[in-house]
Amino acid sequence: MNWNSIFQQAISQAFGLNAVVFAMATIGLNVHFGYTGLLNFGHIGFVAMGGYGVGMAITTFGLNPYLGLLVGIIYALLFALILGVPTLRLRGDYLAIVTIAASEVFRIVVRSTTLAPLTGGNTGITAFAAPFYELNPFTERLYSFGPFFYTGPNLFMITIGWPLVILVTLGIWQLMRSPWGRVVKAIREDEDAARALGKNAYWYKLQSLMLGGAIGGLAGILLAIGNSTVQPDYFVPVQTFFLWAALILGGVGRIWSPIVGSMLFWALLTITDGVMRGLQSTGAIPSWLMDGPQVGQVRFMLVGLGLALLMVYRPQGIFGSRQEMMLDAR
Amino acid sequence: MPVDAAPSPLAGVPYEPGVDKPDPILIVEGMRKAFGGLMAVDVHKVSIQRGLITALIGPNGAGKTTFFNLLTGFDQPDSGSTIFDGQDVSGFSPFRLAKMGMVRTFQLTKSLTRLNVIENMKLGAKGQVGEGFLQAFLPFFWKGQEREIEARAEDLLARFRLAHMRDEYAGTLSGGQRKLLEMARALMVEPDLVMLDEPMAGVNPALTQSLLEHVKSLRSQGITIVFVEHDMDVVRDISDWVVVMSEGRVIAEGPPEVIGQDPDVIDAYLGAHHDAPLTVAQEEQQLAQIEVQLDEPGTDAP
Repeated sequence: MNWNSIFQQAISQAFGLNAVVFAMATIGLNVHFGYTGLLNFGHIGFVAMGGYGVGMAITTFGLNPYLGLLVGIIYALLFALILGVPTLRLRGDYLAIVTIAASEVFRIVVRSTTLAPLTGGNTGITAFAAPFYELNPFTERLYSFGPFFYTGPNLFMITIGWPLVILVTLGIWQLMRSPWGRVVKAIREDEDAARALGKNAYWYKLQSLMLGGAIGGLAGILLAIGNSTVQPDYFVPVQTFFLWAALILGGVGRIWSPIVGSMLFWALLTITDGVMRGLQSTGAIPSWLMDGPQVGQVRFMLVGLGLALLMVYRPQGIFGSRQEMMLDAR
Repeated sequence: MPVDAAPSPLAGVPYEPGVDKPDPILIVEGMRKAFGGLMAVDVHKVSIQRGLITALIGPNGAGKTTFFNLLTGFDQPDSGSTIFDGQDVSGFSPFRLAKMGMVRTFQLTKSLTRLNVIENMKLGAKGQVGEGFLQAFLPFFWKGQEREIEARAEDLLARFRLAHMRDEYAGTLSGGQRKLLEMARALMVEPDLVMLDEPMAGVNPALTQSLLEHVKSLRSQGITIVFVEHDMDVVRDISDWVVVMSEGRVIAEGPPEVIGQDPDVIDAYLGAHHDAPLTVAQEEQQLAQIEVQLDEPGTDAP
């Protein structure tokens, strides 16, 4: 087994495009659940909104590419409004049901043949990212430095994506230490208490849903441009739960946990994949037990197992405080 | 007994349900709320005198907490109107009422467990610039205000003997301390009317006394207080006026020493027929016992 190559792949993935997209999306999820206590089980829907927003704006509506970025965010904001206005007056569970359903409804609708002229149907939208790559200084096909290796376009998106992630994180950090953040956290702890103290809980929850949704949309824009395509079947519900996995891994309601959680998530996924393929090639895993393509599925099982163990032995995640977590149990 | 010797502003007000007060801060009229077939609240009229401590008492299930929820907007009545400080506030949401100066606490304390005590306090302050989304990014606009709020919060914490817990999570406080925190936090709103839902429930006797002192000190600051309470000793000790509810209706009003003697109130608490059976099953059991007693001599006799 080539440990060196597994390590290289893992560290490249930890800083790669997938991790950037996950980190950004998870920041949004952290705003929803970690700070406001909103149960959003359809976060991938917001990511899809961002991707389809930018894709459709450029290919379908023929807008200026930079205006397209704005359209991506607007899609996500509208999605948040449509989901939030009717459900946020109700108990938290209703938002959970509506978000998971709406994200899946959206995916099925955009991949329908009827809408193919608008959304590209099941093949999605391609050929919209070219204007952005005109700015790409990394023109070679492959870049390799230290343990990292990336394709030129990927490196371009990463160098834009990570600073953006840091910027958004700092923005959220400032927000959550302001009085606005205090209200939102109070709503997470007890909505009625916040209302009894004169805070319009509904309006703050809606603001939070829109903010987190817009950040999810930004993740979708990074994803769409980074892959130069929007594929409807990327946005399946299981992706939402991978985002949750990354958030819980890092620690819910902590400022740096989306970033570290996403990097670890992708590193671990790559390592398990590499190790299992290595074991297969040496014959340690016989082919009747698991063949090549099945490795990709089994590693997700291992992720599930890892999460279950995490919940048992370190439910607060990496950054969370156990003391704080245990307060709820009183 | 009224604690202060000064003549009560309610002198001369007749002791009857729904009576008008000379300077009411809150007037409720025709308020009804049914849960299915059960009329939980059916209040013809209640008016609350400004600047005094009014107790709302009644046996379990009398509708006190429901009435409280209706007054504070946490539940909407089927009919009826509420006038607060001369303004019709019927149907207002809880946060609007709080902004207008009517603040409530809860029977089961709602301390925000994963915020620390000082953050709990600061949350209560009204009109915070930094609570706007865009302003939140610009501390320049609200840092000064934040400092003022913090100073006020620390003052209150010291008064309520919670200053040493300033930076602890509210979730680590004891039950009594949570009651204190909740009361102090309500004062951060700078209310005119404070509604306390069973402020003494679950508090140890030593702390009860200090809570009572706090409630009295609110009155001396000119804050009106309405509170729900079970403990008649507490009611006698601090309240100026008592409103008694039973089965959703107001059955008596008056000063505490008069209410304690009112036959309607005693009936409501103890039941109109003190020795009557409580349930159908008990009644049948009693009848069966009487029958057995009647039969026995008959079988024994030759």
